Amino acid sequence: MSLNIHQLRHAAQGVKLGPIDLSVESGQCVCLSAPSGSGKTLLLRAIADLDRAVGECSIDGTARSAMTAPQWRRQVAYVPAEPGWWATTALEHFQQPDLSRLQALDLGLDESCLERPIEMLSTGERLRLAMVRALELKPAVLLLDEPTGALDTEATRLVEVELHKRLKDGMALLMVTHDTAQIGRFGASAHTLKDGYLAPLEEGARVS
Amino acid sequence: MISYVILSYSDIALAALLLIANAALSIWLRLGLERKLLIAATRMVVQLVIVGLVLKALFAVASPWLTALVMFVMVSFAGYEAQARQDRRFTGFWSWGLGTLSIAIAAIIVVLVALGTAVQPDPWYHPRYAIPLLGMLLGNTLTGVSLGLERLLSSVVRERVVIEARLLVGATSREALQGCIREAARAGLIPIINAMAATGLVALPGMMTGQILAGVEPVEAVKYQLLIMFLIAGCTALGLFMAVLGAARLLSDDRHRLRLDRLSDR
Repeated sequence: MSLNIHQLRHAAQGVKLGPIDLSVESGQCVCLSAPSGSGKTLLLRAIADLDRAVGECSIDGTARSAMTAPQWRRQVAYVPAEPGWWATTALEHFQQPDLSRLQALDLGLDESCLERPIEMLSTGERLRLAMVRALELKPAVLLLDEPTGALDTEATRLVEVELHKRLKDGMALLMVTHDTAQIGRFGASAHTLKDGYLAPLEEGARVS
Repeated sequence: MISYVILSYSDIALAALLLIANAALSIWLRLGLERKLLIAATRMVVQLVIVGLVLKALFAVASPWLTALVMFVMVSFAGYEAQARQDRRFTGFWSWGLGTLSIAIAAIIVVLVALGTAVQPDPWYHPRYAIPLLGMLLGNTLTGVSLGLERLLSSVVRERVVIEARLLVGATSREALQGCIREAARAGLIPIINAMAATGLVALPGMMTGQILAGVEPVEAVKYQLLIMFLIAGCTALGLFMAVLGAARLLSDDRHRLRLDRLSDR
């Protein structure tokens, strides 16, 4: 399914965003690469409806305002760079523990990660577990904030394999990443944020 | 039947001499509290004498409007005190409106119920019953409401990422805030539960002691004290319920967002 963002505007903590127009088609990956403090996270929060923002978002023509916020967030799943946990172990956060256990293994996680206290896990492990939690919702659109920033090469590869699989199944992916090679591997169109506006990321000006 | 020893002013002056012991302790240990002690004692005397005179005048007139006015002033002070005890508060009207309304509505409902059922003075609005009842309810409800609000606001700010993580997997704001709401309600109820459990063993309640000193039969005084404790417990729960659920509502919106922007730091 496709995500459409129309004239989205948001302002918080001294950063002003938009108006922003963006669409991510079914099976398409769009990357966002911009220096910190430029409002990338703000944009993802606004799309996920976590912050109050002006403008309209829709999936496959169905406006966000036409559904409840929980419905929207299940279809447009957002994984923040620093995900939160409300229970002790990762396993307790899953609605379908068996399915998610397999999914975790696919992402290169050790089985024991699921049952150890969250705070004992590494940043990379927590990030992948949060991705498992989001994928469990079978979202139409996935919003990722630097999903592989803390991962080693092998883990990054496994995450990308999974994302490619989802894209083939028709998911739309909007991803914040600073990895130029990664943008290339997804054959993604890349944008940056300049003074709160979306701009195409120039080949030469790509931040690495 | 009821008889009590009327105190003369010299009796009180004699008791006040005991303050010299405090002053001596302060000087001996160089606590530097003499000034504070003097001011506190003077404040107490002045405040209580004024309250005594106001109550005397009020009882003599027994006017419903005057009683209502005094009750209004008492509730306003309680509301002010509730928000003064918060480190974090809402912006705008609700900064004081939430605590004040919760305490006021709970206390007024419980006072009216008590006056209409158990106590039944004639006339029902007689200040001799309404004012002391309200005073006891306000003091305790104030404690419960401020503890509950304080706990809710601090835990929501601390747990922001966790609450949003729940929202992100499709929880409603109510579900996401449930843990913090429970924690806050518990914090607000603990003092009254402790008071009920300890009463009579650790300390004799002030009101009951007062009645006994005034010549009331102990069992009758106990009955009054039980009534008051139940009223206080009910009033605290009611006020706490309104304050915590009201705050949870203000902390979220119709799109199930966490609205910390509605809070301001002190």
